[in-house]
Amino acid sequence: MAEYRDKAGRPVVAITGMGLITPLGTGKEDNWKKLIAGQSGITTINRFPIEGLRTTIAGTVEEGYEPGLAPSVHTERIAKKVGEEAIAESGIGSKGNFPGPLFLAMAPIELEWPHRFDLAEATGANDNVTYADLVRVSSQERFAPYYEMAKYGIVGENLADHFGTQGSPISLTTACASGATAIQLGVEAIRRGECQAALAIGADTSVTPESVVRFSLLSALSTQNANPAEASKPFSKNRDGFVLAEGAAALVLENLDHAKARGAKILAIIPGSGEKSDNFHRTRSSPNGKPIIGCMLNAFKDAGITPEDVDYINAHGTSTPENDKMENTGLLAVFGERAPKIPISSNKSMIGHTLTAAGAVEAVITTMTIQHQRIPPTINHKIPDPGISLDVVPNVARDAKIRTAISNSFGFGGQNACLVIAGDVN
Amino acid sequence: MSARREVWITGAGLVSCLGEGVEANWQKLASDNPPAAHDEKTFAPYVTHPLAPINFDLQIPKKGDQRQMELWQRTGVYAAGLALENAGVKGNADILDTMDMIIAAGGGERDVAVDSAIMSGIKAAPNPGAFLNERLLSDLRPTLFLAQLPNLLAGNIGIVHGIVGSSRTFMGEEAAGVDALRVTFERVAAGQSNISLVASSFHGVRWDLLLVTELGRNLLKAPFKPVWDRGEHGGLAMADMGAGLVVESKEHAEKRGAKPLARLVAIQSDRNRRKPGEIEATLAAEWTAIEPKVKKNQAVVISGASGLEPPTSAEKAALAKIGLPVRATGSHIGHGFDTQFLANIAIACETLRQGKLFPPCGSGDTGNAPAEISQVAVTSVGNWRGEGLALIEKI
Repeated sequence: MAEYRDKAGRPVVAITGMGLITPLGTGKEDNWKKLIAGQSGITTINRFPIEGLRTTIAGTVEEGYEPGLAPSVHTERIAKKVGEEAIAESGIGSKGNFPGPLFLAMAPIELEWPHRFDLAEATGANDNVTYADLVRVSSQERFAPYYEMAKYGIVGENLADHFGTQGSPISLTTACASGATAIQLGVEAIRRGECQAALAIGADTSVTPESVVRFSLLSALSTQNANPAEASKPFSKNRDGFVLAEGAAALVLENLDHAKARGAKILAIIPGSGEKSDNFHRTRSSPNGKPIIGCMLNAFKDAGITPEDVDYINAHGTSTPENDKMENTGLLAVFGERAPKIPISSNKSMIGHTLTAAGAVEAVITTMTIQHQRIPPTINHKIPDPGISLDVVPNVARDAKIRTAISNSFGFGGQNACLVIAGDVN
Repeated sequence: MSARREVWITGAGLVSCLGEGVEANWQKLASDNPPAAHDEKTFAPYVTHPLAPINFDLQIPKKGDQRQMELWQRTGVYAAGLALENAGVKGNADILDTMDMIIAAGGGERDVAVDSAIMSGIKAAPNPGAFLNERLLSDLRPTLFLAQLPNLLAGNIGIVHGIVGSSRTFMGEEAAGVDALRVTFERVAAGQSNISLVASSFHGVRWDLLLVTELGRNLLKAPFKPVWDRGEHGGLAMADMGAGLVVESKEHAEKRGAKPLARLVAIQSDRNRRKPGEIEATLAAEWTAIEPKVKKNQAVVISGASGLEPPTSAEKAALAKIGLPVRATGSHIGHGFDTQFLANIAIACETLRQGKLFPPCGSGDTGNAPAEISQVAVTSVGNWRGEGLALIEKI
């Protein structure tokens, strides 16, 4: 029998299991300790030569990594690990049989440079290797493993096999909002009554030479290489860009009735979410902040709450000059006079920016923040930006009474998402 | 939960090797006998279906916007514009402000000249790692990254056409196209969205994608053959195409006086590990799910068969059991991965309007059009994974 319904008469969506891997460590408990201690997971890159790069720091995940591993295989490994942690906590289904669909936020997949070099070597061409040459040798048996490795659906398909999720696995991207979008798709499917549960995973292992260069060319990365642990400083005056990082998070989303009926522990509720696209520019947000504001207001409307109900904000807080300024503008517009009184912190100060995984990673940390009634700090906050009037929970974790929190994600390409997460029903 | 709402397709846009516009594509299909819009020379020995000449200015007026995109994105933005125009919502800021969007897309093209120079120079470089870093940093165009990211097709559609409700991008070849429409259908039916654009673009006629496809030994070599008759291993003829559909609730469409192209009745998507017999079983299960809604003496099938084996033969066997007249578009427009299914939905809408089928091509194009065509089933059997089936009908 349906017992729980939200104000709009829809099924209520609960979180009943979570898993987390970040540069800080593997498993959500290990991560939580380090987050609360204000530790940084950012280091000098030692995975590949850094000579000639403008940015030489990142937050890498060593879990599941081995030299020469294709990023898509690393992504799959850590996605499996966080999925297993989440499903074990939830206790849902049985081994290899998850009773719902998979929504996977991940980075695009390509052949990588080591593969191209292998193929180039096989062409026998000495000084002028063309793609036509590569194609000519590509049907050799020894390159067959590269075929599936470069398939866009490979990670989702392998995870669907591993977890036994139902139906077609959906691999998606909304850039830096992807993790939140995966959760949103799961929430919507449960509300539609299509399924009782959904597995939302975000996983990103993009620390490769080409990714570092590409983000460098957009002037998006911090170049404060000397002290890696201090480079990510969201909302500080001397912030100069984000720090690329790897990570993964998984959430078991479940119809609250279904979860209660099987006696599952309810970690939190997702009362609603919102989106609003920005078409001002490919990498910059509208100067008036309208899309960011609209995104949060849409989330409040969907969740049936008002700005007054929000006790904590998990910031997008990338540490780029532009994002943090616009997030401040948006929050002031949405929360008005109350804005400086609501604690807001950026997990990215410690973890870095896990790109397509960030929305899921931060949803997990937001939920833990509510569970522990304790807020992880924004570290490296030594020189406040006078243009930013928010309470960024500087440097030291803090106890707080939090019933309802929001987690913001704003992406390149104008994709903005906001999740509302609450500790209990109503 | 409120009752399910009726879902209409109110706009369709298509560009392919046959030209631009859904009706023009259909007219070409009707006369493309034997199929002629393929190229056996440029990428010899491989057969490709390059995009027909398009005047991008018509849908992307700002040259600055065009410069920020590669062909993949321009094709998708163009097709999206055609769909919005067809639905009568282009430039309607009130509607576009809350319009949702789900895009099916892989990535954009690489700079093959830069890649080639790096592959050519790395052997002689004293420090290969430093060489790679330096070349990438000095040779990659900053804008190229944005032209490659899958979600930037949505971003560009937002910038050029003004859709700013929401956007999500699904990745994963054919299944992404099917799921983009399925999730949109379910969202609109459940009242989670009132009007959405579903769009996709694929630029397969390029060396970097020929490479990843041939790693599976999957490219069709000349001479051209219809998708159904490409031999034991089959072959894909890589295509360029863009497709867009405007999907909305009946209520929303009626309120703004929009004319529907078709009703979206049902859509199924699933996957299996592709062991022998599994494709047939999945398609049969999907057919069983929609069968009660099928008017068998007025229905036809538009197939998305890729030409790769064994999936194409498996689909042929499954369709033979169903027994409806079948036409595959791949023999004419080539294979467009993420985009093929949405392109075929657009062609299915036009088939309802024309009330006719285009001529058969190859052994799997069976049966003749019934006197009245009121329904079209559209199949999608992915070249690697994913099976989908949709049913649309005349209103």
